[in-house]
Amino acid sequence: MKQNDLILQTVTKVAAFVILLFAVAIFLGGHYSPGGGFVGGLMTSAAIVLLLLAFDIKTVTGILPIDYKLMIGSGLLISSLTVAGGLVFGVPLMTHVYHYVDLPLLGHISLHTAVLFDLGVYLVVVGVTMTIIQTIGESE
Amino acid sequence: MSLLHWAVLSPFLLAIIVPILYKLFRQIHTGWFVLILPILLFTYFSRFISLTKQGDIIMESATWIPSLGIHVDFYIDGLGLLFALLITGIGSLVVLYSIFYLSKEKEKLNQFYVFLLLFMGAMLGVVLSDNLIVLYSFWEFTSLSSFLLIGYWNERERSRYGAQKSLLITVLGGLSLLGGIILLSIMGNTFSIRELIAQSGELMDHSLFIPALLLVLLGAFTKSAQFPFHIWLPDAMEAPTPVSAYLHSATMVKAGIYLVARLSPVFAESGLWFWLVSIAGLITLFWGSFSAIKQTDLKGVLAFSTISQLGLIMSLLGLGAAALHYDSFGENIYLAATVAAVFHLINHATFKGSLFMVAGIIDHETGTRDIRKLGGLMQVMPITFTVAVIGAFSMAGLPPFNGFLSKEMFLASMVNVLELNIFNMETWGVLFPVVAWVASVFTFIYSMIVVLKPFTGKLQLQLLDKRPHEAPVGMLISPIILASLVIVFGIFPNLLSSRIIEPAVASIQPSVAGPDFQVHIAFWHGFNPEVWMTVGIIAFGILLYKTLPKWQKITRWIPERISLNALYDNGVRGLDRSASSVMKFLMTGYIRTYLLSIFLFFILSLGFTLYWKDAFKLDTGNFARIGLYELILAAIIVIGSIAILFARSRLTSIIILGAVGYTISLFFVLLRAPDLALTQLVIETISVSLFLLCFFHLPLMASRKEERMTFKLNNALISIGVGVIVTLIALSAHSNKLFDSISNYYLENAYKEAGGKNVVNVILVDFRGLDTMFEITVLSIAALGIFAMIKLRLTGRKDKS
Repeated sequence: MKQNDLILQTVTKVAAFVILLFAVAIFLGGHYSPGGGFVGGLMTSAAIVLLLLAFDIKTVTGILPIDYKLMIGSGLLISSLTVAGGLVFGVPLMTHVYHYVDLPLLGHISLHTAVLFDLGVYLVVVGVTMTIIQTIGESE
Repeated sequence: MSLLHWAVLSPFLLAIIVPILYKLFRQIHTGWFVLILPILLFTYFSRFISLTKQGDIIMESATWIPSLGIHVDFYIDGLGLLFALLITGIGSLVVLYSIFYLSKEKEKLNQFYVFLLLFMGAMLGVVLSDNLIVLYSFWEFTSLSSFLLIGYWNERERSRYGAQKSLLITVLGGLSLLGGIILLSIMGNTFSIRELIAQSGELMDHSLFIPALLLVLLGAFTKSAQFPFHIWLPDAMEAPTPVSAYLHSATMVKAGIYLVARLSPVFAESGLWFWLVSIAGLITLFWGSFSAIKQTDLKGVLAFSTISQLGLIMSLLGLGAAALHYDSFGENIYLAATVAAVFHLINHATFKGSLFMVAGIIDHETGTRDIRKLGGLMQVMPITFTVAVIGAFSMAGLPPFNGFLSKEMFLASMVNVLELNIFNMETWGVLFPVVAWVASVFTFIYSMIVVLKPFTGKLQLQLLDKRPHEAPVGMLISPIILASLVIVFGIFPNLLSSRIIEPAVASIQPSVAGPDFQVHIAFWHGFNPEVWMTVGIIAFGILLYKTLPKWQKITRWIPERISLNALYDNGVRGLDRSASSVMKFLMTGYIRTYLLSIFLFFILSLGFTLYWKDAFKLDTGNFARIGLYELILAAIIVIGSIAILFARSRLTSIIILGAVGYTISLFFVLLRAPDLALTQLVIETISVSLFLLCFFHLPLMASRKEERMTFKLNNALISIGVGVIVTLIALSAHSNKLFDSISNYYLENAYKEAGGKNVVNVILVDFRGLDTMFEITVLSIAALGIFAMIKLRLTGRKDKS
């Protein structure tokens, strides 16, 4: 009997976007409200896992042609460059700077190097969870 | 670095060159190259005789580790010179003898001479060092080189056994000597023997004096094969005979004697020293001579006779210590004991060296050393026989050989003990001459065995491997020289007295032997008790030797099972076995056992510390109020944790574990930690699904056979113990807050300094961002590890199939 996942797949198409948006919101809002790179990353991978459940690995890799191991590496690179960045300006490691700017549409907002660091965390977390799940999923 | 330093070092330097010479000149026996050195050294050292005769001392120093007060100080006084002459003199003769004894075709001569030279250098270092640490270094070097020499024929099992045994015993003593040296240096604040002697009076009252004395004596007794540490010496007879002659009769076994003599000025004031040294010496003397009779191996007899003679010298040194207490006579009779010790030391080196060489010749020419097979060699080996007679009669203490004189002096000293009235000697002192006399009778008997069994009687050719004939001339030179020395010293003993013995005694007893001290050894000194004792010894000795077959069984009254050797063997084996059984008991290979020991250690160490430091404290003042929600959540966690223990199926356990995890995230909500709650929720979900994955992949056999965890009392006790300990520590730590938390700083500065309002996140990425940096590294490693494990396992399988 051929299985029909129409409802699941349709709901997924909507829900995955909602989850992804929520993840991005949690990630960006981390400095002011609960959240941050870690939870944001986990949420993002939850969205991808939902896709994996509704479709299959091949389809999902078609949609998101990402090498997650590369993602881990780039995340680590971004974080460590942010950490080391202070050295260029002659300040101790891990010194963050921030500045408030007024942007059109977004309004009064702060640009903070800590977000860059958090981005590295985010990428690593997504990469790690997806690598683990994909590897286990592909294994026999 | 003076000439004296180079003299001591020269054997080591030659040892480096010997293998090269061996390779370059294969047709010349390597021993000839080696022979030059001890002869040169002997002549070099004999130049000092005239100096030490006047009481002068030669002192040369070189720095080694100045910051620790360790200098390579060599000094020559009477005692050191006597030993140096023995080492180089007998060393030359032994090298000469070994040239003919060891074949240059069959033997690894390079190894032999390297070991022998190392030994010679080490021995010179021992007797000439003033610094105790240097002395100890050379001391261990003698143990090591002796180990190599005993195991020279390392393809033989007995050689390896003997070498190991001697190493274990002498190194045991060596290490205890090191302990004694360290204690001495703590007491006297110096490593120099001469400085220690100078302050010997103050050392006596120090609390470490007795331990230092015992440790030093243990070192000396093991090296000199005193009872009960003598057991290594008979087994060391597996060495080539030149080695036995050199190490185990003339030099190494006298290192302990040297040490006792050398440190006598430091320790001899103490009654303990007097008792230990003389009693140990007498027991060894008696036991060695008694055991020698039952031996059937010629070298075995000689080994036990060496033990016995070393005991004799040791007991004389012990009696000599009485000289410090008792000099009311015009002529100090106890000083005579020291003189006798030194004289007998020389005599023993000469006659025992020659006897070992004789044994080697017999072995070499007949192929056996078993005295039951040997007999009637007198006719075929007349020269060897003559040497043997001289050596053995000297050993037995017969006139006109030197052994007679020293034996007379020994008996005289033993008789003089009766007049001693210190250390309760008046009660037990009478045993001294009795034991000495009985031991001398045994000495007479085994001396007769050595000379009469192989040489007289019937020649049994069918028992021998070779047809015996007289040894080559080269092999006979050394024993003949030694035997003639036996006679020369016997007839003209005063050749030695002023040149060698006086300076040596002066360095053993510096406080008693004044400048006008003179030794005169008279060949005949009237009808003293000792003369009658000697007559008795000879009479009884002959009587007992004649009836030997009738009573020889008595010497075997101790069965082999409980002998000292068996004790040693069982000790070594038992140590081995108990170590291995302890390892088997502890190292089971089960992780469960290791965890039990880890947790047990955890409980015991922390519990003991809590108790010992009286650290438990309960201060309910700063506890927060417990609300209804906390109670409910705590109850869920407690029930869940207990339920896991009793869960029947694994699936239940996993689900309950998930429930506990979610409850914890509720706790985070309750305790106002939204970030933690979020993370905990997601992570718990992921880990529960990973658990489910593992569960799903369990082998069918295991998943079907689901049953409750079995109850084990010690597991339960240990887990309860860990829980209790951790709870107690947590409570005490909470009640012991010594200073305020630093969290206020973060709360105040999170927005001002870091531009963020989520303090947790600001701490994570800004204040303490490096931790986060490495935590994401940990995650990456974990992910790559999982990837690698799964992928590599797959390729591995492919390769196999």
